[in-house]
Amino acid sequence: MKLVDFFKRTRTAPHTAPVARERLQILLAHERAVSGKSDLIAILQEEIMAVIAKHFPVEQEGIKVKMERGEVVSTLEVEVEIPTPMCPSFPLPAKPAPAEPACAAEAAEAAEAEMS
Amino acid sequence: MAKVLVVTSGKGGVGKTTSTAALGAALATAGKNVVLIDFDVGLRNLDLVMGAERRVVYDLINVVQGDAKLAQALIRDKRVPALHLLPASQTRDKDALSEEGVARVIAELREKFDWVICDSPAGIERGATLAMRHADVAIVVTNPEVSSVRDSDRMIGLLDSKTEKAEKGERVEKHLLITRFDAARAGRGEMLNVEDVLEILSIPLLGIIPESFEVLRASNLGSPVTLNNPMSAPARAYFDAAKRLNGEALDMTIPSDRKGLFGKLFGRRAA
Repeated sequence: MKLVDFFKRTRTAPHTAPVARERLQILLAHERAVSGKSDLIAILQEEIMAVIAKHFPVEQEGIKVKMERGEVVSTLEVEVEIPTPMCPSFPLPAKPAPAEPACAAEAAEAAEAEMS
Repeated sequence: MAKVLVVTSGKGGVGKTTSTAALGAALATAGKNVVLIDFDVGLRNLDLVMGAERRVVYDLINVVQGDAKLAQALIRDKRVPALHLLPASQTRDKDALSEEGVARVIAELREKFDWVICDSPAGIERGATLAMRHADVAIVVTNPEVSSVRDSDRMIGLLDSKTEKAEKGERVEKHLLITRFDAARAGRGEMLNVEDVLEILSIPLLGIIPESFEVLRASNLGSPVTLNNPMSAPARAYFDAAKRLNGEALDMTIPSDRKGLFGKLFGRRAA
């Protein structure tokens, strides 16, 4: 390496620490938001599960909780699968069809939650 | 009133065990009754760093499972009588640690000691969560480097949610310990500086331990750096950190081993 190169390199040595700081700030802002939210979803799933389980025998995998974040309104979607024999006796459509009863095997609820 | 302190970091190799040994020895020489617990089951190293590797008979798992009494497993330090070690098991795995068993051992240690210092394993699995479970105080060890800072942020989140205190709605007192800090490189903009790390993690600073060959030298010899060379820069930084843990308000400085020209020319070879 020539002497000139040595001086050029030390003079123009890039400051990498500010880049590290900026990358971390952006990453952690994102990760903190995400981890907070996924915790909330897990808690919701557990609590909803506890309430439903009082009335129906439901499986852990039978409950899906999703949150989608929109510009103005965010939606919270809760989908609960209940085994058909346990389904409450809603009057079935008066059809003589002997085939599979069309009882709603799935009770899906959608609640809208406004995010602050 | 005993305090349970966890030394944690998420990332491995940042200086948890070194810091546990150095701070424990500093607190013990200041007259406190101290016990260090190695929670790194299967990969124990605190015994080696403390120079007690040939004195291990019973370990944390034996005590947790009731196969040995606490008094049988505790190893008293030969240099500082107020310093004790409860080693981890090298042959078992972390599933052998039951939550109730750990709670019982910690409660028993609280009766006997002023400081119960838990050396956490790296990662966020069972060993690490059990080590922080009963903590009143936490030290998050961080290197001024992106992956270490990110992992520390994660650990701070866990300290605020997965500890006994957090579940009771209380707070674990958290402190940041920056290790392997190189003031010259930070000054040149090549390394995150202290302010950067503090701003990102936003927990109070306990100390800044400068990068130093003294740390390796001490671990080679099986002695905490605060006992091996108490006047060295990292040892002085650890002594200050220990005083802050005891509630003393000290100015934050970064001790240095930097020598004059004469020392630079001749010191290293003689050292």
